[in-house]
Amino acid sequence: MINDSLLVVVLTQAVLYGTPLLYASLGELLAERSGVLNLGVEGMMLFGAAVGYWATQRVDGSDAAVLPLAVLAAGLSGAAVALIHAFLTITLRASQIVSGLALTIFAGGLGLAAYFGNEVHLADLPAAHQFKNLDVLGLGDVAVVGPILFDQSALVYASWVLTLLVALYLGRTRWGLNVRAVGEAPASADAMGINVSLYRYVHVLLGGAFAGVGGACYSLLIAPGWVAGDTLVNGAGWIAIALVIFAFWRAELCLVGAYLFGGLSALPFALQAHDVTVTPEFLNALPYVMTIVVLVLVSTAFARRRLGAPASLGIPYAREER
Amino acid sequence: MIRLERRLSQPWWLSLLVPIGSLVVAFAIMAVVLAVSGHAPGSTFRNMIEAGFTGNGAFSATLISATPILFTGLAAAAAFRMNLFNIGAEGQLYLGAIGASWIALRLGDHGVTSTPLFVVAMCVAAAFLGALWALIPGVLKAFANTNEIITSLMLNYVAGYLLTYLIFDSASYWRDVSTLQARAFPQGKPMPTGAEWPTFGSSVVVPLGFAIGLLVAAGLWVLYSRTRFGFEVRVIADSPRAARYAGMRTRRKILAVMAVSGAVAGIGGASQIGDFSHVLDGSPQGLQAAAFGYTGIVVAALARYNPIAVCVVAVLIGGLLNAGFTLQGVDFPSGLVGVMQGIILFCALGGEVLIRYRLRVTRRGRAHADAAEAAA
Repeated sequence: MINDSLLVVVLTQAVLYGTPLLYASLGELLAERSGVLNLGVEGMMLFGAAVGYWATQRVDGSDAAVLPLAVLAAGLSGAAVALIHAFLTITLRASQIVSGLALTIFAGGLGLAAYFGNEVHLADLPAAHQFKNLDVLGLGDVAVVGPILFDQSALVYASWVLTLLVALYLGRTRWGLNVRAVGEAPASADAMGINVSLYRYVHVLLGGAFAGVGGACYSLLIAPGWVAGDTLVNGAGWIAIALVIFAFWRAELCLVGAYLFGGLSALPFALQAHDVTVTPEFLNALPYVMTIVVLVLVSTAFARRRLGAPASLGIPYAREER
Repeated sequence: MIRLERRLSQPWWLSLLVPIGSLVVAFAIMAVVLAVSGHAPGSTFRNMIEAGFTGNGAFSATLISATPILFTGLAAAAAFRMNLFNIGAEGQLYLGAIGASWIALRLGDHGVTSTPLFVVAMCVAAAFLGALWALIPGVLKAFANTNEIITSLMLNYVAGYLLTYLIFDSASYWRDVSTLQARAFPQGKPMPTGAEWPTFGSSVVVPLGFAIGLLVAAGLWVLYSRTRFGFEVRVIADSPRAARYAGMRTRRKILAVMAVSGAVAGIGGASQIGDFSHVLDGSPQGLQAAAFGYTGIVVAALARYNPIAVCVVAVLIGGLLNAGFTLQGVDFPSGLVGVMQGIILFCALGGEVLIRYRLRVTRRGRAHADAAEAAA
């Protein structure tokens, strides 16, 4: 059966493991397009993962009722912690880099996520609800593409819709145009009557919400449950930030990058299942090493032609000082 | 509506009042968080101060917690001062520990017993490996203009896996394979006794590593505020364009600053081996669990990248960490320490604004009236 071959298994897993990266990088993309760098993705993902998992424990009902609520809760919690970053960097014009790092420390595996998980005893609770694979149109058994594309969970399908929506939003709508204006030339946008602060707030919060949902992909889909510490997300937030650069700030390329890195993250498990013995540490380190390699390749291309980066990324906007 | 106006002059008392004010606000927010989650803020804070500072032997324990974050804080401060965001102190510290334990084992094999020789050799080896590890993002930043934040962070994970590999998945020089039990339960070779660093004092025990950290801080202060090198670093930070016009070599400075930063973090790793653990611990519960590198960023940011202030802040945050270890339990949930660090840093960032700007609360209509008045 070709669907059990190593290649198909790795590609199927690539989509699965790429999904949280996709959500988080789409969110970061929106924030960065509006001119705000948020390095707190890792923390927002972990907090989203904790709250999403908690919601499945607290709400009774069928999977179809509980899981959307859990995803919503994860998104809201991600947005809530992103609000701190938005206030500090947009209203108070603090350093986006330091504030983002602070957010990761505050919300992450040694901070709020651990505190929250500990307060409500998340680690002791067995998974009550989790996303299951949906065989779309009965195509799940088709050779090769079946398991990869048509036998995934609702979170995966939703991420495709979201990618399309973000791409259309930024490229084809008036609001998207305004977002890009705010990220490129906030003073000009301001002169046109666009509310720069409002746009930045909204997109930082959206970014936080997407990151929260990305985190919930781990606690509700990939490894249902909660583990104390930061092993659940394990650097995915940082890879998501790198993906935005890799994707030249374009939504559709985020999808490509997310699955590439999803595949790298899935490789150790797939190889293990096929009895291929490679030193596990080497495989585990691979996504992180590849992130560096890809960034170097991209940044040399980037130096030649300034591709995609919003011109005002990382720079606070002060109307009085333009 | 809140408006920010840039201050033309910064009164001296502001730079004293604002940090204290930020700390007060941070503890007030913390009290609310504690109260909301059903813990009594007053007794929690009292327990923390006792466990961190005033209790019997508490201050000595605090210095133990403060030692690694003193090094990582200095490492972060050295790099951040040039707007070079090296957040890889975590990995550089692991590499330092690997280098220090290697040289200590080697010297032990050759029958060396002189502790001063061990201390010097371990520090040099650790600084060398730490600097080398930091130079990877440094070179990439200088020659390929690659974002150093992400590359240095990714290398933390790589260093972590390297550490695990050396002890758990290879027959490396560091791994203890002398007994059957050690082969079944992987662990590092114990260091020779000469490689155990001495301590000073009796009522308050000061680890040698902490004293070395203070010397490093003094050295960094001289380097950054009393030499041409430091001056150029500050110019590059504040105005890269002006630095280029003045003919300063930005690339060399990037490499030099990353190397210094990595070396300092590396010595922190040596101190972990020499002062405390006396073995290279590759397990996820060992060196990797404490997140020294990330805490160092908090320390550096709170100290506003001033090496001397880093020493003070490291002891304060060390007290917080120590209280966290000591009180861990029902009354003091895990994660609280990270939450507190985050809140303190957020408040310090907010406070920074008050130093640079004047806050004016105006009603929307009033603001326009004021502007019209000023124009007339």
